[in-house]
Order: sequence, then structure tokens, then C-alpha cells
Amino acid sequence: MTPARTTTAPTAPTARTARTARTARVAYSGAIHTASPIDGDSTARLRLADGRSVAEADVVWLPPFDVGTIIALGLNYADHVKELAKELTLPSTPGTHDEPLLFLKGPGSLVGHQAATRRPAGVAFMHYECELAVVIGRPARGVRAADAMAHVAGYTVCNDYAVRDHLENWYRPNLRVKNRDGGTVLGPWFVPAAEVPDPHALQLRTRVNGRTTQQGSTAQMIHRVPALIEYLSSFMTLQPGDVLLTGTPDGVVNVNEGDEVVCEIDGIGSLVNHIVGDTVFGRQDNPCASST
Amino acid sequence: MPLLFPHLPRLAMAPWRLSGVVYSALLNDPRQLAALGDAVHQPPYKAPPLHPVLAVRPRNTLAGDGDAIGVPAGADAVCTGPGLGLVIGRTACRVPQAGALAWVAGYLVANDLHLPISSHYRPAVRQMARDGFCPLGPVVPGSKVADPDALAISLALDGAVVWRGHSGGRVRSVAQLLSAVTEWMTLQPGDVLLLGSSADTPPARPGQVMAVAIDGIGTLHNTLVAEAA
Repeated sequence: MTPARTTTAPTAPTARTARTARTARVAYSGAIHTASPIDGDSTARLRLADGRSVAEADVVWLPPFDVGTIIALGLNYADHVKELAKELTLPSTPGTHDEPLLFLKGPGSLVGHQAATRRPAGVAFMHYECELAVVIGRPARGVRAADAMAHVAGYTVCNDYAVRDHLENWYRPNLRVKNRDGGTVLGPWFVPAAEVPDPHALQLRTRVNGRTTQQGSTAQMIHRVPALIEYLSSFMTLQPGDVLLTGTPDGVVNVNEGDEVVCEIDGIGSLVNHIVGDTVFGRQDNPCASST
Repeated sequence: MPLLFPHLPRLAMAPWRLSGVVYSALLNDPRQLAALGDAVHQPPYKAPPLHPVLAVRPRNTLAGDGDAIGVPAGADAVCTGPGLGLVIGRTACRVPQAGALAWVAGYLVANDLHLPISSHYRPAVRQMARDGFCPLGPVVPGSKVADPDALAISLALDGAVVWRGHSGGRVRSVAQLLSAVTEWMTLQPGDVLLLGSSADTPPARPGQVMAVAIDGIGTLHNTLVAEAA
């Protein structure tokens, strides 16, 4: 975990990319680079900081900033609460402002745009979650909601996978559901806060193999970003590079090996992920074996 | 990489420094579940845990030997968590239980603190992920520890030993825990996995000096200080 250099985003757009100051981090030709889109916000071609122009397929996309603590929200959209209501073992009332349901994730789960995520053989329900990811840019402790947005550096898209078969009712969602290798997809861009006037006016959707399966609006969040920063900073110091995954609306469906999953937030980016099976990871492909 | 945690222990062996990534096993003392009695089988839990129960200890919680740790106004006491930590020595993915200790570079003393938790149903982030609540102390190379499941652990408050325990008798031993968690999450060199606290550790109060000692490893000292309201 590298600290505070986070805000790898340039503070001002360069002449070449005057329309947006969004940045990616990519591996190319033996090194890691900061890169910018060449044509609008398209991922098709990138300009590396050293001047090279490269195609999307020729780079390995990494999470677009140095990621610190990963703080995720469950049940932060009223419609998703309703969707999951049947399986909750304690009541959760949509629309109420209880203490946020938080869980933490580790950096080992991170992958970038265009990465592959493993679907363990034998599970029945593995799903994506399209989420607005809020990147902290200034240390925050005891910050009030009214001042909170000054601590936000920018945004990206997260696909926060879950394997529901592995849910257990102890510190739920337990890490076997949520903290799997490749289960936290971030990218493609780090978008500076200045380019997002209202983080609660963004449409988000997920497409599986081109078919739209999830749609929502960040306007529907139960706990909004300023309130979340106030709550979190009341007991923990948020640091640059820490990221809040703000939860997902309803419309989570099972994904299978071979699926292309695109999580998209208007103005932030389209994050592509590919579902692969156990054999790719050298695991025995035995559907009768108990899955891990 | 800049050193984010200046007070974290330095390692005298590869990988030479901690990564800052720390996971902690919860409910790994069978007496913790036993104390819940039949509630384990009732909602919201419905059944005992099948797989390791873990918490992420984020970087704001990390502290080192000698650091003062703040207790929020309104909290009378902090639940202590004297216990053993494993420092991962090489990339640990699907580690077999037999021979798992070969993935451990060393062992450290930890004090896995939290505010009282009334339910084990949801992640207790507000109670656990507080600044400084995961102090990590002296580290020794793995070669200095013959059997990590047979270490005496003690907690002293203001110099008087108030609790004695043991690293053994766990739901999952060191090797079992490392093997089980790396089935679904890869640990990297310098990552730390805490074996978990014990059922009967006492609370500590603002103003008290906590000293966690593990035989053959060392002692971790931290003072609790009351935070202003």
C-alpha cells in the first residue's frame, strides 16, 4: 500500500487532453505509467506521460490510483435492500438512516480495467456490483458533512464482486464473499472531483454481454458521500488514496465463465471485466468438489 | 515506497518491512463461540461459522510499540486483544496445511483492540477500525519460534499481570488458518495475519499502560489516553 502520492492525477489538464484531466495507470513496455485519453474520454488510445501513444489493448490497466484503505458499503440503495430482503436474517428497513453497513477490503482483491476475475466452480450465484468509488484526497478526521467534499480528490468506477454462496452470518458480508483475489475491479479512469459537479446525479448501469442488467442513479443512495465522510472520519482518519465504494442499486444477476461485465457510470467511465473459470488459475475444474 | 508507518516494527529478516496489510481472525478461540450458547444456532447467525471469520485492520489502526492510543469520549473501556501475528514471507496462495509455516517469515506481538461489540452479525468497523487500535510489537524470525501454537501470552495493566493465555487451543492453528484463508485470498510478503484474541481477556481503561508479552518474542507496550469530547 503506497500512501499519499495517490492523487497521481495532474492538477491541470495538459494541452493535449484539454477536455479532461482524467488519468489511468497502465503497465506498458516494462514500466508503470500515468496515461491520459487521446480522444475525449475514450479508452481506445492513451497518451503516456512520456509522450508515447498506445492502444487500449497493448497496455495492462491497473487501478487508476495508489489505493489505500478500501471501505465498502452494503445496502446503500433502497431498491437493493428490497431486492435482498428475503435473505436478510435481521430486518433492514428501506429508506431509514441506520448506521451505515460498512465492510473493509484488502488490496489483494484489486484489479484494473479489462482484467479477468475467477468464478469458482460449483457456486450458484456470483454477481457484480456497479458502484461509484470516491477517492479521498486530503486527510480527514472529525470532518463535518458540510466540509466533506473538500476531502474528495475524485472518482472512479468499481465492480465489487460477491459470491453469495459463501455468505455466513458472522461479520457479514464475510471476507470469503467479498475479499477474493480479483474481486475488486477499479477503473478505468481516475476522474478529478472538479469534473464531477454532483456525485449524486450520476446514472449507473451494468451490461453483461451487452445486455443491460442493472440500472440506477447515485441520487438513490441512502447514505450520501458527505454523510459517509462525516461518519467515517468520526472514528478513523481517512487518508489520501483511501476509497469509499458507495454501494450498488438493484439488478444484480449471476455471471458465468466467459461473460463480459461492463460497469458504467456516466461521466466517470466504463469498466470492463471478464469472468474466467478455475482452470485458467490452475485449479482443478471439478464441479462436484466443494468450491473455494 | 515512503514509510507510511514510522512506528511499525522493522524486520530483521526478509521481507525487511511490513506491507501495512493486516488481517485478524475473529472468533478463533472456541470459547468465544461457546459463550454464545444456543444463540449460535438462532437468528441472525443460524449456524456456527464454517470458514475463517476475518477482519481487515486498515492502515489507520496500525501503531507501534510505545504509541499512545486514543479512547473516544464516552467509552469507559477498550476490549484488549493480546495475540500472535504471522508475518508472511513469500506469496501465499493456496498454502497447504502441511508445511504452511514455510510461508511465515516471522512472528510478532499484537494487541487487537476494539470497543465493546454487541453483535457478531455485521462487520464492527466503528468498534474496530479506530486510529491506533491495532498496535504491532516486537518481531522475531520464524526460526526463533519452535512451535507457534504453544506460546504463552500475557497481558499486564500498569505493570500487574491481569491475564495469562496461550496461542494454542484455537479453532484453527497457525498452519490451519494460513491454509484456509489463502484458499480465496493471496497474502503477500510483509502482510500480517493475526491468530486472533482470546475469550477471556480483560478490558483496559484510559490512563492504563497495556503490556502484551509473548514468550520468546517480546513485549508490546501502549498507553490508552482519553480523547477530548
